[in-house]
Amino acid sequence: MRRVYLDNNATTPVHPLVLEAMIPFFKETFGNASSVHYFGQQAKKALEESREKVAAFIGAKAGEIVFTSGGTESDNLAIKGVAYANRAKGRHIITSSIEHHAVLNVCKQLEKKGFEVTYLPVNRYGEVSPESVEDAIRPDTILITVMHANNEVGTLQPIDAIGKIAKARQILFHTDAVQSVGKVPVNVDSFNVDLLSLSSHKIYGPKGVGALYVRRGTRILPLFQGGHHERRRRAGTENVPGVVGLGRACELAAENMDEEAGKLLALMDRLQSGLERKVEDVLLNGHPTKRLPNTLNMSFAGVEGESLLLNLDMEGIAVSTGSACTSGTLEPSHVLSAMGVDPQLAQGSLRFSLGRENTEEDIDYVLAVISDIVKRLRAISPFYKSSSSPS
Amino acid sequence: MLYSEKVMEHFRNPRNVGQMENPDGIGHVGNPICGDIMELYIKVEDGKIVDARFQTFGCGAAIATSSMVTEMVKGKDIEEALRISNKAVAEALDGLPPVKMHCSVLAEQALKSAIEDYLKKSGRAKTKEETEVDDDG
Repeated sequence: MRRVYLDNNATTPVHPLVLEAMIPFFKETFGNASSVHYFGQQAKKALEESREKVAAFIGAKAGEIVFTSGGTESDNLAIKGVAYANRAKGRHIITSSIEHHAVLNVCKQLEKKGFEVTYLPVNRYGEVSPESVEDAIRPDTILITVMHANNEVGTLQPIDAIGKIAKARQILFHTDAVQSVGKVPVNVDSFNVDLLSLSSHKIYGPKGVGALYVRRGTRILPLFQGGHHERRRRAGTENVPGVVGLGRACELAAENMDEEAGKLLALMDRLQSGLERKVEDVLLNGHPTKRLPNTLNMSFAGVEGESLLLNLDMEGIAVSTGSACTSGTLEPSHVLSAMGVDPQLAQGSLRFSLGRENTEEDIDYVLAVISDIVKRLRAISPFYKSSSSPS
Repeated sequence: MLYSEKVMEHFRNPRNVGQMENPDGIGHVGNPICGDIMELYIKVEDGKIVDARFQTFGCGAAIATSSMVTEMVKGKDIEEALRISNKAVAEALDGLPPVKMHCSVLAEQALKSAIEDYLKKSGRAKTKEETEVDDDG
């Protein structure tokens, strides 16, 4: 069966060159980077070279990169690390209502520990307004955390503008850039961020590794206690093969991003215009232009997302949905809800997230099978009898 | 796989799909926030459900349970049909993932609601009589 993977925002396959770079660090160069002997120093050298590569990719200095186990840990370290290091200064945090759960649930946890959190609303495109950030600032605000690109709809936030406000008001600013790094330019100085989370497996690197950028002079408390690794900010023996993979993935992303983004955008446009042409009553969720070049979130009126997803899976096509049914929470996507998308349309949403391995043939295959699936599900649906139900 | 073979089979080829002309009872349950809406139609002759059809907006489990409950109910008299539980529907599908059990509850409720609608429309007296006969027997 033909298989088309359009779920690259969930995870990506490891790039063959990344894998090639990693392999020696499982075998001959297996040393503990903290060891003084030859084996340790070889590992340490690779670790520091990777740190340089990651730093260069986002316009940072090597000493500002802390390696973690991934995006979730980076978000936890950034938010809890800043909150607990600054609790004497204040207890107020500003975030948005469409963050990834790795940010939202950390904020909810902090609320139980005596912190106060403002969850900013978004407009129908999923954008936070910089003015709302400014208005939410209080004398006791210690951190602003707003994601760069939303994982579900791909909308890009006005991060430069928010960064300027944070800098002017001298409040620490964190951004979860897990979905944007490698897809659009990310620069810690032009963003004016103090902390930035990124993950390896979203950019054709291995799972289980990520990084947190921490601007020089920014004090954070570590999440757990142990050895003096990562300048005492992240205890635990470094995942050297993983870090090497992340470094190589950043290097490749830096080389290919412009070309890759153009290709992805063309494919995404082909998919979007094809869907709009071939399927009735589809609606875009997310910003029409200020969006990641690979993320397309569409609602199919009258159809529930999971049943659509399962049908596509039977045809070999992998996508994801904001439907409640797949989350197990019985609530549709918090992102689409915050954007004011009608609950029924939110239930009928699909996210197509493209990647470097996708081709025009993949897109045409999706377009060839999806309209019949939607028609069939609409014939079953009690919501779609009015307009074009065949029966 | 998230679902049993049986669930997938009913999901792929749902039985008794579509609206019914002049149904004797209509059941409408669910809400769009939680994601599942079921409409179940029954045709009743001499106290027996002779046909059942459905329309469902919902996930794989919602469609499969709708399909299964319409199959199970056909040929049953009202009293038997009222005894079809959500567990029976789930079991007939070789089980459902725990997070999807509510879909079988919805299927049971849709059926009960269609029967109630039928009883209301047709006047309860007759069925009460039948119930009494049943109880006596």
